Amino acid sequence: MSELLEIEGLTKAYPGVVANDGVALRVRPGEVHALLGENGAGKSTLVKMIYGLVKPDSGTMQFQGAPYAPVDPRAARSAGVAMVFQHFSLFEALSVAENVALGMETPPPMRQLAAKIREISTEYGLPLDPARLVGDLSAGERQRVEIVRCLLQDPKLLIMDEPTSVLTPQEVDILFKTLRKLSAEGTAILYISHKLEEIRALCEAATILRGGKVVDHCNPREKSARELAELMVGAELKVTDRSTRKPGDVVLKVTNLSLPPMSQFGPALKEIGFELRAGEVLGIGGVAGNGQEELLATLSGERPSKHGTVQLLGADISALGPNARRGMGLLAAPEERLGHAAVPAMSLTENAILTGTTRKKLTQNGFVDQGAARAFAQDVITAFDVRTPGPHVAARALSGGNLQKFVIGREVLQAPEVLVVNQPTWGVDAAAAAAIRQALLDLAAQGAAVIAISQDLDELMEIADRFAALNEGRLSAPRPTKGLSIEEIGLMLGGAHGMQEAQI
Amino acid sequence: MITLIRRPNPAKFWTYATPIVAVIATMIAGGLLFALLGKPPIEAIRVIFWDPLFGANAGYFRGQLLVKAGPLILIASGLAVGFRAGIWNIGAEGQYIMGALASAWLALHVYPAESHWLFPAMIVLGALGGLLWAMIPALLKVWFGTSEILVSLMLVYVAENLLAYMAFGPLKNPEGYGFPGSRNLQSYPSAHNTDLIAGTGLHWGVVTAFIAVIATYILMHRHIMGFRIRVAGEAPRAARFAGVIPARLVVFCLGLAGAFAGLAGMFEVSGPSGQITDSFNVGYGFTAIIVAFLGRLHPIGILLAGLLMALTYIGGDMAQLTLGLPSAAIQVFQGMLLFFLLGFDVLTNFRIRLGRKAVA
Repeated sequence: MSELLEIEGLTKAYPGVVANDGVALRVRPGEVHALLGENGAGKSTLVKMIYGLVKPDSGTMQFQGAPYAPVDPRAARSAGVAMVFQHFSLFEALSVAENVALGMETPPPMRQLAAKIREISTEYGLPLDPARLVGDLSAGERQRVEIVRCLLQDPKLLIMDEPTSVLTPQEVDILFKTLRKLSAEGTAILYISHKLEEIRALCEAATILRGGKVVDHCNPREKSARELAELMVGAELKVTDRSTRKPGDVVLKVTNLSLPPMSQFGPALKEIGFELRAGEVLGIGGVAGNGQEELLATLSGERPSKHGTVQLLGADISALGPNARRGMGLLAAPEERLGHAAVPAMSLTENAILTGTTRKKLTQNGFVDQGAARAFAQDVITAFDVRTPGPHVAARALSGGNLQKFVIGREVLQAPEVLVVNQPTWGVDAAAAAAIRQALLDLAAQGAAVIAISQDLDELMEIADRFAALNEGRLSAPRPTKGLSIEEIGLMLGGAHGMQEAQI
Repeated sequence: MITLIRRPNPAKFWTYATPIVAVIATMIAGGLLFALLGKPPIEAIRVIFWDPLFGANAGYFRGQLLVKAGPLILIASGLAVGFRAGIWNIGAEGQYIMGALASAWLALHVYPAESHWLFPAMIVLGALGGLLWAMIPALLKVWFGTSEILVSLMLVYVAENLLAYMAFGPLKNPEGYGFPGSRNLQSYPSAHNTDLIAGTGLHWGVVTAFIAVIATYILMHRHIMGFRIRVAGEAPRAARFAGVIPARLVVFCLGLAGAFAGLAGMFEVSGPSGQITDSFNVGYGFTAIIVAFLGRLHPIGILLAGLLMALTYIGGDMAQLTLGLPSAAIQVFQGMLLFFLLGFDVLTNFRIRLGRKAVA
């Protein structure tokens, strides 16, 4: 059988790094092919070259037996290549049909298009109402819009970049059915992910990238998840040590916490309540945009809340700002590293000052003690193995994983009573992610209480003692993670968000 | 084809080199401009940059240098603090006028009483006048979210009209034979801001400007408040996370800049200018914006930029007199300086790569 896509010796170098080095890839028609690798392994660069967003330095591509060198995504689309990005490019204030029309060269009349969207989306088990505003859709439904937009082009090859990171387990099931149907009809799918169990369930071939090079081709069904992970990382993985912890007294008590939306399409927090005990890790799961940022902001002190809603060690802290809360032992690490948890253009020393002044005594009478600040930044770098020439380097010069280690380390080394982290390992390579998780567990073992907000359910199952789901601004009652099945978690997360599943 | 590639770290070399490169480029482009106007370019540049310092009458002009640089440096020091935080006070000219009016009002009110307390009291009132005028855009921004850029700028014109009213009305010199303008404070010993060393142009305002440079340096680079100001300008969300309350920052930055501008107005009206007239303000408040950026918003840079800008003022006047250059040409020349500075600034954060590689 002839290949659909054949790539040979593809190379792309950026200043200081070879993102792809002689990459070879073969995809057959109708095949679900996984592209595996850590962050920075070169997956994104490779698919961007296939989709015409990046021009390779050297190497050849053949598509359906003909030489293929797309100059832009439009050329790639007309050749039959479509792509669904990890970050959606949709306008929230427009309807589904309007969004789809915006991506077309010559959109048909709106009524015809709406009918077509209805037809295609139902046919592939992803029902969509073309008239609804995208701003009102859940993340899963937004992804449907992106997929349907691609399917209208009748692609031969569909590229999907981390499609399940925003979905609940039930929504993942629906998506997989769609993908299998597409594959059965002859559409090949290039599936990027680092979720290994998913890949084993869905894909029949895999290409593994590490450091810009192809390290292996294999059939993922013949390998265990652990073997795949080790191929990806190129080393044996450490298992996080989760020795038994004893929960102590209640340190943080949140009662009836509500907050109006912070942005137009943002969620409101609705009557959130929970108790957090010393020495425990509370995992809060949920698809992004369901109130995670808002919850972190009310706990960190960036947003004050109504009197009596947040209590730390018995004292009402609802009206206190971030530094007053830090003084009392409540620290936080927001999700967005650049621009929120850290200032991109400032040095690591200055970024250490950002949150460290209160607990680490980095100021005297308001004057910054540069020596102490540099020493603290260096401590974080050493203790958390942050790969950088030194504390004078600007935060934006660090890779995502290294900066995340710095951000988490900065808070952990301040010995918090309560630490709140949002997406602690998002966009972080496996080794760094394991180190961060271990640091959170160690912190809890020393008697601190930890709240880990994350979309990565496997991560929460690994570190959390209790699990609660955040869905449309409401928090479910926390349940012990021990014995909790992935289906139960999915239902706590809102199941398929009321999305319909059509008959295929 | 030219492509810009972002540098991971801002280039140290270009941070310091761009002002110098910009000055050189301004000289070249300015020279071309003067040549097109039919004036000898090299001589014009020499008259502007060299003669005031080392020419025949340099003794007089060197004193003028401090007189002109003093208010520019003082105002720019205050503005730069706000600019670092992303708070754009464009109305220093108005705050400068209000500082002058407030302090002159006091002096003219108690005239002709002599007291050691009068001059210090005028300093306080000058600072207060500028500060309160700056509180209008600050509080409107905090309470109603208005743009401080527009409000502060509009208030310049309000202040100018108030100045004219005062010069023709309440503050008019009763012994002035009907001419507009107040009594001259230079002939009122208790209120006169005299040269500390005769003939040098070094008056209390220049001393205050130097103190302002040192004070803002300590604030911005040693104190946690300055750190927070810089964070707020770089990343507002990170600033909030670090405990910065944006409203307080707006009030602080506008208040500081207003007070500095008011002080500059006070020292000017009690010294070099001497009286309140409808043409009292000569644009120091606007030129200080250029000085702040030319000095990289850094106190030491502002000190040097203020001196340079004062030099182009004095040299420009000389060029008008001796070579007959139109005053508009001098203003274009000054504008070019900011233009080239912002243009070359790209090199600090980006590398330039010429040509492009062949596509495989």
